[in-house]
Amino acid sequence: MEVGQLQRSFVEYMASLFREGFLDAQFSQLQQLQDDSNPDFVVEVVSLFFEDSERLLNDLTMALDQPNVDFKQVDAHVHQLKGSSSSVGAQRVKNCCIPFRNCCEEQNTEACLRCLQQIKQEYLLAKNKLQTLFDLEQQIVAAGGAIPMVQYSNDYGLSL
Amino acid sequence: MGMAAADLQFHVLAVDDSLIDRKLIESLFRSSSCQVTTVDSGSKALEFLGLQEEHDDQNHPNQPCVSPSNQQEVEVNLIITDYCMPGMTGYDLLKKIKESSSLRNIPVVIMSSENVPSRITRCLEEGAEEFFLKPVRLSDVNKLKSHMMKTKCKNNKQQQPEIIVTQEKQESIDIAHVVLPEG
Repeated sequence: MEVGQLQRSFVEYMASLFREGFLDAQFSQLQQLQDDSNPDFVVEVVSLFFEDSERLLNDLTMALDQPNVDFKQVDAHVHQLKGSSSSVGAQRVKNCCIPFRNCCEEQNTEACLRCLQQIKQEYLLAKNKLQTLFDLEQQIVAAGGAIPMVQYSNDYGLSL
Repeated sequence: MGMAAADLQFHVLAVDDSLIDRKLIESLFRSSSCQVTTVDSGSKALEFLGLQEEHDDQNHPNQPCVSPSNQQEVEVNLIITDYCMPGMTGYDLLKKIKESSSLRNIPVVIMSSENVPSRITRCLEEGAEEFFLKPVRLSDVNKLKSHMMKTKCKNNKQQQPEIIVTQEKQESIDIAHVVLPEG
């Protein structure tokens, strides 16, 4: 595929991620922080997010599997997950954390388990989308092109 | 390292238990031409600042620049810390810094992922210069330059604190500016 086509695919894909709420303005911030002195910043931060999230999701699974669930501990994990997803702009993952914390407060194991299921799904979706995005970037760079900047705008109107 | 340029560069100490947030903060300040040191806890921050655990009430004269008692030549122009951390919270760290005669002039900024008005008030009353909601952005960092200038200035005059709380919602950005009245 020629560079122009790849770049157009990238822009469309990026726009859809913003429009569908997978990513929010914070992701744009990450992109703005990437430059020649910091060329892999976004991939590095997102990779940390993947590692962090998978660890937390495992911890959550184990914590909710206990005969006596320690809801404070569960809440602490969710708080961390909310923080890191918010920091990278993974909006839908972040939004799952809010009802999850409510269920912790109510000490409702069943509801927590449903929230966990939900968050796992959203996380896997986000991971998949981001990896597709990074693949597209790599293809553009390999074809000798520059990665277009897609600016997030707070009324979902997007500009280049 | 006797470059004159180093004298003009601000040095920020960032404290956060989240690796992702440390990376983010580091990048934000670096892109604003600041030197950044990150630590993952309040106690490590105090260690870096050269503050021992016991109360530092020795008669150090009021110096705008930091010369901690154990003589590490560390000049810190700003401390930015997360509020929610295991062990020592950002608030605890703020208190310790403001209680220290050698460190109390360093501006301290608190960050939090939660918008709790009583928390914000408490931190500001304890002497925090600013309270930022996470995720912190470039525009927040740009506001801090004037605070950092204070510790570069030999004649440290008392300045009126300006508190800016920014909050971004899904559809719109709400920016609330709160400026304390004079005196």
